[in-house]
Amino acid sequence: MTIRLGGIIVGLGLTAVLVLWSLVPGLVNFAIPEKPDYYAFQEENIAPEGGFSFEGAAGTWDYAQLQRGYQVYKEVCSSCHSLKFVAFRNLQELGYSEEEVRAEAASWSLPGVDQKDGSVIDRPGLPTDYFPAPYANDVEARAFNNNAVPPDLSLMTKARKDGTHYVYSLMLGYGEPDPADQALSPEFETPEGLYFNEHFYNINIAMPPQLNEGVVTYANGPEATAEQMSADIAAFLTWTAEPSLVHRKQIGWFVILFLIFASGLAYLSYKQIWAGVKPKKE
Amino acid sequence: MSFAWAKQYEPQTAFTKWMDEKLPLPRLVYSAVGAGYPVPRNLNYMWNFGVLAGFFLVLQIVTGVVLAMHYASNTEVAFGQVEHIMRNVNYGWMMRYAHANGASFFFIVIYLHIFRGFYYSSYKAPREMIWLLGVVIFLLMMATAFMGYVLPWGQMSFWGAKVITGLFGAIPVVGEPLQVWLVGGFAPGNSALNRFFSLHFLLPFVIAGVVILHIWALHIPGSSNPTGVEVKKESDTIPFHPYYTAKDGFGLGVILILFTFMLFFLPNMLGHPDNYVEANPLSTPALIVPEWYFYPFYAILRAFTGDLTIPFTDIILVPAKLLGVIAMFASILVWFFLPWLDKSPVRSGHYRPMFKKFFWFGLIPCMAALFYLGGAKPEEPFIVLSQIATAYYFLHFLVILPIVSQIEIPKPLPFSITEAVLGKDEGGAGAATAATDMSAGDAPDASPQPAE
Repeated sequence: MTIRLGGIIVGLGLTAVLVLWSLVPGLVNFAIPEKPDYYAFQEENIAPEGGFSFEGAAGTWDYAQLQRGYQVYKEVCSSCHSLKFVAFRNLQELGYSEEEVRAEAASWSLPGVDQKDGSVIDRPGLPTDYFPAPYANDVEARAFNNNAVPPDLSLMTKARKDGTHYVYSLMLGYGEPDPADQALSPEFETPEGLYFNEHFYNINIAMPPQLNEGVVTYANGPEATAEQMSADIAAFLTWTAEPSLVHRKQIGWFVILFLIFASGLAYLSYKQIWAGVKPKKE
Repeated sequence: MSFAWAKQYEPQTAFTKWMDEKLPLPRLVYSAVGAGYPVPRNLNYMWNFGVLAGFFLVLQIVTGVVLAMHYASNTEVAFGQVEHIMRNVNYGWMMRYAHANGASFFFIVIYLHIFRGFYYSSYKAPREMIWLLGVVIFLLMMATAFMGYVLPWGQMSFWGAKVITGLFGAIPVVGEPLQVWLVGGFAPGNSALNRFFSLHFLLPFVIAGVVILHIWALHIPGSSNPTGVEVKKESDTIPFHPYYTAKDGFGLGVILILFTFMLFFLPNMLGHPDNYVEANPLSTPALIVPEWYFYPFYAILRAFTGDLTIPFTDIILVPAKLLGVIAMFASILVWFFLPWLDKSPVRSGHYRPMFKKFFWFGLIPCMAALFYLGGAKPEEPFIVLSQIATAYYFLHFLVILPIVSQIEIPKPLPFSITEAVLGKDEGGAGAATAATDMSAGDAPDASPQPAE
């Protein structure tokens, strides 16, 4: 028994020593850390003044803003970015009538099949169609965009941390690198064909600045400043990523208020049932 | 299988009498979770989580079956199909968010249930089998949750699957062929997605089966309680129904408020943004992390950064990856040995001063650290911190617990549950008996053996 115990202890000790030894490289690395050598990007997003109407527990859509955002998507973003999970019929949720949606869908051209000879033709869109992709495939997308594929925008605000503010910040993040930061990383330089954007994780983004003042003209609404358009597109893309956002929160209020009421009743009945069992606290 | 004073089911109507003769299902329910199951009268809120875990299992199965009706396990369409559920299926978003957050809440209540077990030594005799089955349920849950996270076929689904299935490749000699066989290819693809979906549908029902065994094993000795003193007589117990059904009902209400708050206001908070990007085998995310409930084990896996070598030579005994895999599995498998590692005759942490200190100032901070470190970037100081936390984790179970249970002097235990609740017990000696008289073994403290 003693011998066996001794054996176990010796074995465990040996294993422990070996395992501890395996930690040595990590400890050395900890003591003398390798300095990361990169230009730090702006991780904190900025927000428009006054925030977005749909934020907070009681937020609602600003339909005028969503419609402006749709206009920005249609006139600017859609030339490179697809919106594949959104259908034209969904636009009715932005406050357009059925007629308007039908006309809007017809203003887009989609690949169709000629009913006589089966050849591929262009046809006007129907409300049941999904937004068409600007490129036939990724290879074509790369060829037109300096070897970068413009991502689909349907889910963009959910596919990035703090997505709504990220889109807003990215649209406004273009500019020149800070000379003080550049001095820290002397070899930093924006390569040919890329654009400096302090809110992009890679600092250099393939997308050129898009929302320059006056690139769209709002029919009846605020002036199309860069901030205004950025806020509008961020709001629109929040809706495309999560059309149920506002409805969800509204249901949430009812559910939680009901559950608080029901839990209150459950607590009272618990206390009543236990009244005879639990002694009074002295 | 209960105490001698347990109430017996008495059918009242002609139908229930007829039913009781043919199939005594109401009798089974009555004795299992009804008035026929006597339970210690002093259970605190920590004893709510078993019922709550059962609730979330049912919720996951119900929402999961509905989601499966609209899902397609094909890499070409899976991502879009999930978006179809979110956008076109009536209240599909609610079903999916309930399922995703339901998994998180299932793990929250399970972790609280397990740590209740750690603190009150619920694993000790005569309840070892309940504990062992519980660890089996936890392992099955982990497998199910992992495979479920792959189904939306987002970036984190794919890369998480690649990392976790890659662990099998660390096994010497057979590792790589085994990995290819399990995944159905060199990287997760259509065959992997299909089998994960199949198993993700199957395993919850296996869990439900083991849960039945878990509850069955529970009804042999009966529920434990916060004093750790076994039930001695009828005044120590009250019927499960209506007393604990009422208390669990309130607990369920509270957890549902928290759950629906997450579901309706912060449904994506516990998820990862990268999973809203469709899987792309050619683009690796900056940071691959599993779901939050795997963080402690992921931290242990990543804590091993150096190969196990013979000092001052280049001979590698065990590569770092295999060390991490072994440690990760060992960190859960060690729970299987808990009933035999902790030798203290006293169950409840209340009466174990030294154990209590190591629990609150050792194990709990260690677990909190592992939870944090598993989601942190793999850089300093997180690596060295996860190494310290991993070392403490194993030290706690393999060294501290056995030694503490040998040398600690427990506080005096109450004579009975009745005395613990009322402050006096006419049937007992009145004075508290020395703790050393209590044995966690085969109930020498004169507690009545449950009638079969």
